[in-house]
Amino acid sequence: MTGSPFIRISNVTRRFGDVVAVDDLSLDIDKGELFCLLGASGCGKTTLLRMLAGFESVDSGSIEIDGIDMSRVPPATRPVNIMFQNYALFPHMTVDSNIAYGLKRAGLPRAEIESRVTELLRLVRLSGMGGRKPHQLSGGQRQRVALARALARRPKLLLLDEPLAALDKKLREDTQFELVDIQERLETTFIVVTHDQEEAMTLASRIGVMDAGKLVQVDSPRTLYDRPKNSFIADFLGTVSFLEGKVKSAKGGMLQIDGPIPVTAVDPGGFAAGDDVRMAIRPEKISLSRESGGGVNEVKVMVEDMAFTGVASNYRVAGPGGVLLKLTQPNMRRGEPALEWEETGYAAFDPADVVLLRD
Amino acid sequence: MAAVRHFLTRHGRRLVVWLPLLWLVVFFALPLVEVAQTSFTEPRRGIPPFAPLWGFGEDGFFTNFNLENYGLLVEYSQDYLRPAGNSVRLAFFSTLICLLFAYPMAWWIARSSPSHRAILLVLVMLPFWTSSLLRIYALIGLLNTNGFINSMLLQLGLIEAPIRMMQTDFSIYMGMLLTYLPLMILPLYAVMIRLDDDLLDAAADLGASRVEVFRTIVLPLTVPGIIAGSLLVFIPAVGEFVIPALLGGPEQVMIGKVLWTEFFRNRDWPVASAIAMLLLAILALPIIYARYQDGRETALDRAEDAGRGGAA
Amino acid sequence: MTRGISWPALWLGIIGFGILYVPVTVMVIYSFNSSRLVSVWAGFSTKWYGELLENDAVLEALGKSLWVAVNAATLSTVFGVLIALAFVRLGNFRFRLLLSALASMPLVMPEVVTGLSLLLLFIAMEGLLGWPAGRGIDTIIIAHTTFGMCFAAVVVQSRLRDFDMSIEEAAADLGARQPYIFFSITLPVIAPAVIAAWLLAFTLSFDDLVIASFVSGPGSSTLPIVVFSKVRLGVTPEINALATIMILLVAASVVIASAIIYRNSAGRKAAAATGGSGHES
Repeated sequence: MTGSPFIRISNVTRRFGDVVAVDDLSLDIDKGELFCLLGASGCGKTTLLRMLAGFESVDSGSIEIDGIDMSRVPPATRPVNIMFQNYALFPHMTVDSNIAYGLKRAGLPRAEIESRVTELLRLVRLSGMGGRKPHQLSGGQRQRVALARALARRPKLLLLDEPLAALDKKLREDTQFELVDIQERLETTFIVVTHDQEEAMTLASRIGVMDAGKLVQVDSPRTLYDRPKNSFIADFLGTVSFLEGKVKSAKGGMLQIDGPIPVTAVDPGGFAAGDDVRMAIRPEKISLSRESGGGVNEVKVMVEDMAFTGVASNYRVAGPGGVLLKLTQPNMRRGEPALEWEETGYAAFDPADVVLLRD
Repeated sequence: MAAVRHFLTRHGRRLVVWLPLLWLVVFFALPLVEVAQTSFTEPRRGIPPFAPLWGFGEDGFFTNFNLENYGLLVEYSQDYLRPAGNSVRLAFFSTLICLLFAYPMAWWIARSSPSHRAILLVLVMLPFWTSSLLRIYALIGLLNTNGFINSMLLQLGLIEAPIRMMQTDFSIYMGMLLTYLPLMILPLYAVMIRLDDDLLDAAADLGASRVEVFRTIVLPLTVPGIIAGSLLVFIPAVGEFVIPALLGGPEQVMIGKVLWTEFFRNRDWPVASAIAMLLLAILALPIIYARYQDGRETALDRAEDAGRGGAA
Repeated sequence: MTRGISWPALWLGIIGFGILYVPVTVMVIYSFNSSRLVSVWAGFSTKWYGELLENDAVLEALGKSLWVAVNAATLSTVFGVLIALAFVRLGNFRFRLLLSALASMPLVMPEVVTGLSLLLLFIAMEGLLGWPAGRGIDTIIIAHTTFGMCFAAVVVQSRLRDFDMSIEEAAADLGARQPYIFFSITLPVIAPAVIAAWLLAFTLSFDDLVIASFVSGPGSSTLPIVVFSKVRLGVTPEINALATIMILLVAASVVIASAIIYRNSAGRKAAAATGGSGHES
């Protein structure tokens, strides 16, 4: 499958009145990928999903699936199925009939429909539940029926609209792994739309972050987290402290940056002395202690606020010039008791953990 | 639910239940008993124009029970049973015709944008609030031999002699549509507006054509509305008086009109009462079914809401 | 794509609205026809309206109808609220089943049966108790209240079911007692439904021909009775004018009431939307 990608979205635009929901968006997705479209509500991710399913038309640009242009293909005949956010289970039909619905429309023989339904029920661990109606199922069971129904026609591409949003937190964690497991077993291409960054991180092999109808960054979860392209991504994925400064010098692969807090950072390339820069540091990359360690990137700070969350404590500390840093300290200190309110200490971070943002 | 418990004092509770209960027993239940009684009495000249069914006379307690009135209904079946059959037939087809128009109308309203929907709903409700007598009167002006439609068609040269539309089944159906269409639309609209758009998309996504989406999803899920609307139309249509009186001819005599004639023109109150009992007998099944359906509906709704609450 | 309406359905819909509106529209237009002949347009005139205003029988009937409707609607609303309270708030009380049957039967009872049965009752009562002496306005009000309260109960019940009990509990928590809570909290919240119930009972009473015909006495003819006796004789411009006035009055008040309700609910929805996060559409 080299050459043209499995799904090719090229320069797709969709307007609703004055609102540009999807703005000249291009994206390639490979076969067998579990791709996540991540964004806040209203960013256009659902519109993109509905265009892939065929419910929305494309104003300009094109969508190709497996080398075939989809612009004239109605939802019913696309090799695409969708799992709806609220599952959209047919309330008047049993679980069996829900799953068999798409197979009946395809005109499959009865025996084959029955065997496929049985197989799908086993896949989603609902064997023996086939006779129930949707309202007799729990939220998690309904989610699995919706998944089985969407998979029944063996689509080349499965779209999942906020697949876990309706589940409670505990169930969500179990279901995440189950979903990845099923995807890996079937090797179907999945596109998941979600606003939950944690969900995207756990599920996806690649994530596309959307904002205002455009893709801001497409990368693996780790790259997105460790090397966000700009402050929008940095802020959207997890917690981050921002620092402002001006590059003083760039030599030996290191940048010296002036600002309220002088920073030494690993040079990702492309920066020169005199550039204004914005930096982001993840809270768990900052250490906090009472004694000065004497290394680079160390600042004296005062604890403004702290919150115990169980495995870790979250701090907000104030440094020179009123700079606020957010940091997380694991609760497994040996000997040294954790810093308390209004205490002063030293915050330090590695030059390699400083992310330089381009915006 | 503390407020429920001390919501009312004991006297307050009694008042809330007993006042309406007493009223309904006296002015609704008792009168029905009175009709049933009267249907077994003997007509006579005087006020009231029937002999008492029971009482205390010179020889003590007496009863004067006779089935003569019901015998008359059967004996003169042309005058009584045939109109009853007419009523059922005309009401049945009226219900179907109402459904034929109401279904797309309700769908149209439910699919409109919220601002259009509000306007269309008012357009449906408006006739419901205005007097049906006056609307039927307006229809006469349209359908008469020298009415609006005929004079228009004559002037345009489309016909040479006026078409007879009044006093036909057609005029009855038009009157029924005019009167009962809103009653069919509203329950249909109520189920259609609750129909989740995603269900239609899901069906299309799974390969259903437009017709299949309608047959497998929309139609089964709107059955409760169809049943509710049909009962709302059929039950009063059977007992309709104004429509057959003003729009119908001798072929469209309905049971409500026969009752009226017996009562007001012939002053035969016992027979009128027997006709009322016949009408109630005809309607007993649909009325009981309506009540049963109503109870089932609420139970189903609760189950579904509970289900939805778990998902959302 | 799957959500639209197909052409045949749209046509049926348009014809449906046509059936509801064309006859009345034609009637309104012809009420301004200067000719007595209903099928010939002879020019614009308001003379039929003038003649109507001089018709004492019609004006007297109108006055009676209004009086009956106001009284019946008010009584119906009071009883309707009581029935709704009983069903929604009292849980399982004795005679619940009986009350629910009695409160729903009048909704489906054929008018001719209701009318006949009430008349027979009034006559029997007159014989036994000497009341009501003859039939007139009072008996019509009683008859209209009997079915009006059942409709009113349905309207109020649905609103009372959605009622958030916690605000009553909050009032109790802040030291209020029944019945003060009912009049200061409950009633204002269900007020729109109470008003709707009153209006419904009013129009049902105002439009009723059949039941009123049975239970009215000589000299207590309401407007529909007068209209019906005229209508039987055929279409005339005077009735066109009368019908136009009545229909336009009702139509105007319904449109105004709906506009107010729509604006209120739109405002409430907007408030709810800004309050909650809402889903992406």
